[in-house]
Amino acid sequence: MRQILRRPTLLAGLIITALLVFIALLSLVWTPFAPTKMQIVHKLKPPLAHGLLGTDQFGRDMASMLMVGAWNSLSTSFLAVAIGATLGTLVGVTVAAIRGLTETVVMRACDIIFSIPPILSAMLFGAFIGAGRFTAIIAIAVFMVPVFARVTLSAARQIWTRDYVMAAVSMGRNRAKITYVHVLPNITNQILVQVTIQLGLAILTEAGLSFLGLGMPPPTPTWGRMLSDSQTFMGQAPWLALLPGSAIALAVLGLNMLGDGLRDLLDPRDNV
Amino acid sequence: MPETGVSSFAFPESLKGQDMVALIVRRIAGLVVTLLIVSALIFLVMDLLPGDPASVMLGTSATPETLAALQKQMGLDQPLLVRYGIWLGQALRGDFGTSYTYSVPVAGLIAERLAVTVPLALLAVFLSVSLALPLGVISAGKRNSGLDYIVGVVSQLFIAVPGFWVGLLLILLFSVSLGWMPAGGFPGWSAGFWISLKALLLPAIALALPQAGVLTRVTRTSVLEVMSEDYVRTARSKGLSERTALWLHAVPNAMVPVVTILGLQFTFLIAGAVLVENVFNLPGLGRLAYQALSQRDVVVMQNVILFFAGLVIVMNFLVDMLYLFIDPRLRAGAR
Repeated sequence: MRQILRRPTLLAGLIITALLVFIALLSLVWTPFAPTKMQIVHKLKPPLAHGLLGTDQFGRDMASMLMVGAWNSLSTSFLAVAIGATLGTLVGVTVAAIRGLTETVVMRACDIIFSIPPILSAMLFGAFIGAGRFTAIIAIAVFMVPVFARVTLSAARQIWTRDYVMAAVSMGRNRAKITYVHVLPNITNQILVQVTIQLGLAILTEAGLSFLGLGMPPPTPTWGRMLSDSQTFMGQAPWLALLPGSAIALAVLGLNMLGDGLRDLLDPRDNV
Repeated sequence: MPETGVSSFAFPESLKGQDMVALIVRRIAGLVVTLLIVSALIFLVMDLLPGDPASVMLGTSATPETLAALQKQMGLDQPLLVRYGIWLGQALRGDFGTSYTYSVPVAGLIAERLAVTVPLALLAVFLSVSLALPLGVISAGKRNSGLDYIVGVVSQLFIAVPGFWVGLLLILLFSVSLGWMPAGGFPGWSAGFWISLKALLLPAIALALPQAGVLTRVTRTSVLEVMSEDYVRTARSKGLSERTALWLHAVPNAMVPVVTILGLQFTFLIAGAVLVENVFNLPGLGRLAYQALSQRDVVVMQNVILFFAGLVIVMNFLVDMLYLFIDPRLRAGAR
C-alpha cells in the first residue's frame, strides 16, 4: 500500500480509472435522467442550466449520456482486450516454446495483421455483417492479438533462457508443462501492464469507430457518436464537443498512467 | 545489435559477411511475399464473411436476377483462387477494377486521393518530429527538473487525446470562434500551393499531437539510456561539455528506437488520418474508404484497405532499411 502511495503516477491512474469504472457501473442502475429521454423544450442548454452538464440537440441529459457512454466504451474495450490478450498470449507462449520456423511464420503473420488498422478492418467487417458492438469488438480484438503475441513472445523467450527452466528442459519435462508452471507465472506482470495500456488504445479506437458510425447503433449513447453529432452544433453548443472528448481523454490518461505506474512497480529494471 | 523487440526484420548474425546489395535484394523479396500474403488474406476474409460483394452492393431489395447478373459481371461465380489470380494479374498491370458507384477505375480514384493523404501524413510526421525531438532531448538532458516533469505531463496528455477530437477543438477555436482558418474542405493543389497547405495545416496538427506525445517519451527514454553508456561517459570524462556529449554522442545513437517507433506508429497515423479526414472533410483516402463504406462500394473498399496495409508494410520496410544508415554498428555488420 505504501508502495502505491509513494508513486503519484500510479495513484493518479488508479483513482481516475476507479472513478470511471464506478461511474460506468453506476450507470447500469442509476442515471440522473433517462439517457435516451428527449425533452425538446430543454434542448441545447449549457451545463448547469439544465442538469449538471447541460443537454444536447434533443434535450437529452448530457451527464446521463456520458455515464452510459462510459459503460459502453469500457465494456466494449474490455471485452476486445480480453479476447485479444488471451489469444495473443496463447500464441506468444506457444511460439516461445516451439521456436524455429513456427516462430518466423507466426510472427510474420502477426506483422501482417498489425498492418491493417482496426478502423479499416471494422469497415470491412461492418460492410458484410453490419456495424455494432460485435463488429467493433472483433475488429479491435483482431488487432490486439499480434500486439500481445509480440509482448508475450519476447518476455517468454527471456524466461526460457533462465537456469531453472533449462534445468527443467534437461530433466525431460514436457514443454507445455514448463510453459504452464514456469513461463506463464513469470510473465503475468508484463501482460498485466500491457493490458492496461492496450485498454487505453482500445477506448480510443472504439471512440473512433463510433465517431464513424461503426460502433453501437443509436439511440445507445457512445462518446464517439456524441462527438460526431456535436459537429452540427459547434458554434452554438461547444460543450457537446468538449465533454465527450474530455471523457475519452480522461479515461485513456487514467489507464495509461495506471499502466506506467504498474510497470515501474512490477518491473524495477525498466526504471529509466 | 539493439534489442528493439518489435521489428520482424531483425538482422541475423549470419548475414555479417554478405554485402549490402544482397541484403537489400533479400529484403525486397521478403517485402513482395508479404504484400502478396496481405492481398490474399483480404481476399480470403472477404470470402469468409457472410454475404458476397455483389449482395452487399445491391442491398436486400435486389432481385435474384440482378444479383446473379452482377455476380457474373464481377466474376464472383468463379472459384476463390481463380478470382484472386485474375485480380492479381490485373493489379500487376495497374488495373484495380472499377468503382461501382463512381464508374471510374479504382486506381485513378486512389491516385487522386493520395494527393491529399500523403501530404497530410508527411506534414503530420514533420510536425510531430520537430516538436517531439527537441522536447524529448531537452527533457532527458534536464532529467527530473521541473521542465522534465512538465514535458512528461504534456506528452501523456497528447497521447490520451483522440486526434479527431483535437481536430474538432481546432475547428472550434480557429474556424468557428476566430475565423482564421477554413473549417474543412480542400481547394485542390491547382488552386495554389499555399492555400492547399493552409487547408492541411489544422488536420495535420490534429494528427501530429498524439504522435508527438509518443515520440517525445520514446526520445527521452532512449537518450537517457544512451547517456548512461560507456562511450558517452568516456566522452564526458575527456572533458566534453554536457551539452556536446548530449547532442553529438547521445542523440545520434538514440535515434534507432525513435525511428522504429516512428515506423510502428504509421499504422496509427493512417487510422488517425481516416478519422481526421472525415472531421475536416478532406477528399483523401480515408474519406474515400468511409464513403465507399456508406455506398457499399466493396471494390473500392477492398483496394483502399489493401493500399493502406501495403503502405504500412512498405513504411516498416523503409524503416528497416534506414537502420543501415543511422546505426553504424549495423552498417559495419552488413558490410
